[in-house]
Amino acid sequence: MKYVDEFRDGEVAKGLANAIAAEVRPDRRYNFMEFCGGHTHAISRYGVPDLLPESVRMIHGPGCPVCVLPIGRIDLAIKLALENGVILCTYADTVRVPASDGLSLMRAKARGGDIRMVYAVTDALKIARDNPDKEVVFFAIGFETTTPPTAVAIKQADAEGMQNFSVLCCHVLTPSAITNILESPEVRELGTVPLDGFIGPAHVSTIIGSRPYEFFAEEYRKPVVIAGFEPLDVMQAILMLVRQVNEGRAEVENEFTRAVTPDGNLKAQNLVSDVFELRRSFEWRGLGEVPYSALKIRERYAQFDAEARYQLEYRPVADNKACECGAILRGVKKPTDCKIFGNVCTPENPMGSCMVSSEGACAAHYTYGRHKDVERDVEQDVSSEVASHGHE
Amino acid sequence: MTSPVKKGYTRPLDLKHGRVDMSHGGGGRAMVQLMTDLFAKHLGNEYLAQGNDGTWLPACNGRLVVSTDSHVVSPLFFPGGDIGGLSVHGTVNDVAVMGATPLYLTAGFILEEGFPLADLARIVESMAQAAAEAGVKLVAGDTKVVEQGKGDGVFITTTGIGFLADGIHLSGDLAQPGDVLLVSGTVGDHGMAIMSKRENLSFDAPILSDSASLNGLTAAMLASGAAIRVMRDPTRGGLAATINEIAHQSGVGIHLEEAAIPVQPAVEAACELLGLDPLNIANEGKLIAICAAEDADRLLAAMRAHPQGQQAVIIGKVVEDANAFVQMKTRFGGRRMVDWLSGEQLPRIC
Repeated sequence: MKYVDEFRDGEVAKGLANAIAAEVRPDRRYNFMEFCGGHTHAISRYGVPDLLPESVRMIHGPGCPVCVLPIGRIDLAIKLALENGVILCTYADTVRVPASDGLSLMRAKARGGDIRMVYAVTDALKIARDNPDKEVVFFAIGFETTTPPTAVAIKQADAEGMQNFSVLCCHVLTPSAITNILESPEVRELGTVPLDGFIGPAHVSTIIGSRPYEFFAEEYRKPVVIAGFEPLDVMQAILMLVRQVNEGRAEVENEFTRAVTPDGNLKAQNLVSDVFELRRSFEWRGLGEVPYSALKIRERYAQFDAEARYQLEYRPVADNKACECGAILRGVKKPTDCKIFGNVCTPENPMGSCMVSSEGACAAHYTYGRHKDVERDVEQDVSSEVASHGHE
Repeated sequence: MTSPVKKGYTRPLDLKHGRVDMSHGGGGRAMVQLMTDLFAKHLGNEYLAQGNDGTWLPACNGRLVVSTDSHVVSPLFFPGGDIGGLSVHGTVNDVAVMGATPLYLTAGFILEEGFPLADLARIVESMAQAAAEAGVKLVAGDTKVVEQGKGDGVFITTTGIGFLADGIHLSGDLAQPGDVLLVSGTVGDHGMAIMSKRENLSFDAPILSDSASLNGLTAAMLASGAAIRVMRDPTRGGLAATINEIAHQSGVGIHLEEAAIPVQPAVEAACELLGLDPLNIANEGKLIAICAAEDADRLLAAMRAHPQGQQAVIIGKVVEDANAFVQMKTRFGGRRMVDWLSGEQLPRIC
């Protein structure tokens, strides 16, 4: 496949792997967080960790839009479908996220809710046009990448004078989440999450540009390398991060120059600021209430705001007690640190949101990497055997 | 000389503009007419002609293989096929990959009130063609009609019966460490052909379903004399699901080479666009086989000599693994698990 295979070439990967191995210092470890679920997925799907030296560890960040959606928000969407009788449209993974009362949007659908999976918000507009006697709500989730299309849809609905379309806006912002992680006690004071740098988002950065990350590099002394979602992009970014760490630099570098500019997509930014404004605070799964971390629809477009239209009141709901999604999303714990990973919580029956989306840390590890846990156990068994023989 | 008596005093079935109505399932004249003028006309044979509540079949000196499959595909007509042909191919293949020779089929139709008879005729003709190509006979059938809105055009359930010659024993629990795994051609074609025509997704991709009967290919493979242990057709859930099933049944691990797995460029591109993995996408005219390593070349040659196996390749090997993990060396150089798909990637694919 032209334009894609070039970024998945095994030979080039080998070369990069050798370069990384040659650059890492034997006396230190390198802990990098990939913010985006897109990177998490690429790393797991292509087996990137197999090509990295043992001293380089990738920590999965919170950049999976489905994963950070709190239960309370899904409850609102379910209420709209079951009690208000709207046609609720949303992106596919969202329908499987567990909500209150053992429900999910998929289970709400089985109970008679008219819930439809769409690939684009324009499909929701079409459904609204085709069903003039029904109310249609688009459950809008995602980071800066999916926000401009929602803005366009709202403006389009406004231009067409559509009376039966609205948006339950749950769009969130990347920089606020990164700040939240860097400000968290685990990173700042306790040092339980050693973070040496970030792989910056690919698609998000095409919209917001590379400039917003400069603050993190300067204020928190953390290198950021913006990278594309192909596995070679990730390898190249890791090499650049290793070099920054070795040289004591903390800069924003851009590996993804084929798509990301310093200023980003100004047209998209203007569209977004025309339709949306900052929320004072928004609950994230795992991170809790994060100030100014999400968007809401401006007063001017209030008739398209499902929260106003149906007078929805947000009620936060605590996660399942055994679920470690919160700590996993902050990078404090690994999926395998969670007691219910793989036994109670599986992709077929997810308890937490990280097990739902293929971009979630738990789903990615379960689907692509759980053979490594077994190998690790075997290695440990072997080494303990060797050790016990040594004592004899 | 034409008879002065009008034939049966019935008005012929309006296959141009007519539609299925409740009387077509009501047990009365309209139903009988649908049977004779449409189903029997295209699918008739000496067994169906017995016209009783059941059908006598000749005695068979040996083991029989039976398989049943319901078909609910949407859309009913898709690039490269339709529900009629698919309902024959799907069941013929399930019998054929057991190593059996498919002989008979039964078919149950659930029709929705209002469904155009012209479309039904196309579907029945397509079934007839598929049955003739596979050399199987429809020996029993049933039709029910449900009210408009209670079905989706046509659902077809077929049951296949085949004869299993002495000495053939294929089963998902027979894979052994050291065996090799072969696939008969490109994967993901059927699922992506369906997906390309889904109303909320439609994209213009030149992808045709691979829907076809594989009993010719399986016969050629068995005739090669290779020690085949397992054959399967990787339909719903794709290659990944089928290989995982075998690994679990046999209690072995299976290692795949991503670079060896054939995928059409258009299928790969469409999967990329939609964030799908070709290994999870359904096939309706492909099979995988596991055989002893020393027989792999012989089996591969036999497959490649058959028109339906020209692109056959070895894609992996069976290893010892109590966890029954399926792993794959990626083209990128890493290693990952190949897991069952969780949830539903695309409902009503077959």
